[in-house]
Amino acid sequence: MKQKERLDPQTMALRTAKEFADGMIVNLGIGTPTMAANFVPAGREVLFHSENGVLGYGEITAPGEGDYNLVNASGQTVKPQPGMSVFEHAESFAMIRGGHIDVTVMGAYQISEKGDLANWMPPKRQVGTIGGAMDLAFGAKRVIIIMNHTTKEGEYRIVKECNYPLTAPRCVSLIITDVAVIEVTDHGLVLKEVAPGWTPEEVQSLTEPRLIVDPDWHEIELM
Amino acid sequence: MPINKIVASFDEAVADIQDGAVLLVGGFGPIASIPSYLLEAVARRGVKNLTIVSNTAGFGKDIWGNIFGLPYDDLDLLMKNGQVKKTIVSAPISQWIENTWEKKVRAGEIEVEMVAQGTLAERIRAARAGLGGFYTYVGAGTALEEGKETKKIDGRKYLLEYPIKADFGLIKAHKGDRWGNLVYSGTSRTFNATMAGAAKVTIAEVDQIVELGELDPEAIVTPGLYVDRVVERPREEREAGKWMSEEEKESQRKWRVATSLKEEKDEAKGKA
Repeated sequence: MKQKERLDPQTMALRTAKEFADGMIVNLGIGTPTMAANFVPAGREVLFHSENGVLGYGEITAPGEGDYNLVNASGQTVKPQPGMSVFEHAESFAMIRGGHIDVTVMGAYQISEKGDLANWMPPKRQVGTIGGAMDLAFGAKRVIIIMNHTTKEGEYRIVKECNYPLTAPRCVSLIITDVAVIEVTDHGLVLKEVAPGWTPEEVQSLTEPRLIVDPDWHEIELM
Repeated sequence: MPINKIVASFDEAVADIQDGAVLLVGGFGPIASIPSYLLEAVARRGVKNLTIVSNTAGFGKDIWGNIFGLPYDDLDLLMKNGQVKKTIVSAPISQWIENTWEKKVRAGEIEVEMVAQGTLAERIRAARAGLGGFYTYVGAGTALEEGKETKKIDGRKYLLEYPIKADFGLIKAHKGDRWGNLVYSGTSRTFNATMAGAAKVTIAEVDQIVELGELDPEAIVTPGLYVDRVVERPREEREAGKWMSEEEKESQRKWRVATSLKEEKDEAKGKA
């Protein structure tokens, strides 16, 4: 049987950006989440916060055209724009812990059915990087995860219980994977959308905990 | 007598750092906001058994120079030299390379205390502000809770975190004057402005020393009383905010290609 096509990172980022409502403060993690900055739906003004001390920065510059003293958390140079502000680290994390960030988007190694997040230490590497992820997972009003639904070896990433060290318990609101969009609720994981050509049963087969299939489930809509 | 915190050389600025000292090292990760000249002077001084408090643990001059186009050293230099006994860090490893820190930690040569980034910043701020500690909910219910006092506040579990006391703070700023007033450039405040005044002695490496009065009082980020020494980078060095040369653009392009390929490799390993 031919393997079904999975969404690429850009498409996952595009779907993620639909979650950014007008006027929101959004923090994007390293990697695929940073791409979401390029896909803010037309007509919405969204302010991006980066934990290294900037709010309201513009788009990522073309290679070689930026100022090294104006970077996002991934170290990519970004464009200044009117209204932008800069600040030091304790201030930046006061914003995060103080509940002033509406949405954070980051990657994950594992997510449990209760919304526990593990994304700071792959056990095999013995060492890890917490960075700003823990403060963001605890402090942001809404935590959205973009990740591949399973590991390349086919292991579950959405699990009953995380066996990787936790970044934060019960913090994830929405999971956007390369095959599905899943909401974390008090009742469990609700399957809302599937990638083109996928069925809820097929998504369930890649997911360890039982999924509640939303009666209105549908194919992922990007626009 | 006029106050004058300006020091003539980087070696003089770090001349009283002793073996076993605790150093706060500013910056976030990217080389532009790291006190590279001060770190080189600490390396020349050769002091050992240092405890380093920093967001990252350094990625190496090769990354910043050969690939990124900014030929400066970071904490990797002290790690390589075997000058570091312990690190209190938040984001020490790289998704692209295995740095010296990672190798030495695996080999049991460097001790580690992992701290969430906001907690690290606030523990440093607490030292500057004379606080005995603070409660944060960040880390409750994770491995970072281990060994910490907890308290329920408004129904939520908080962890007691203590200030980080240090002997020296090495920071990077854009401009400074003889009173120690500092301003920064763009996103280079990071841990630099947080660390100013948090250690017994704060040493600021600046792109440019200016006359008293040149810095707008409304714009001064670090008031002079937090800073003990100010030392200027060599004049021929890049000025903050300078746009990249053609060579640097090419270097960055290569860096982007190199890192994106690595990300693809990570994807292949299922680690994305």
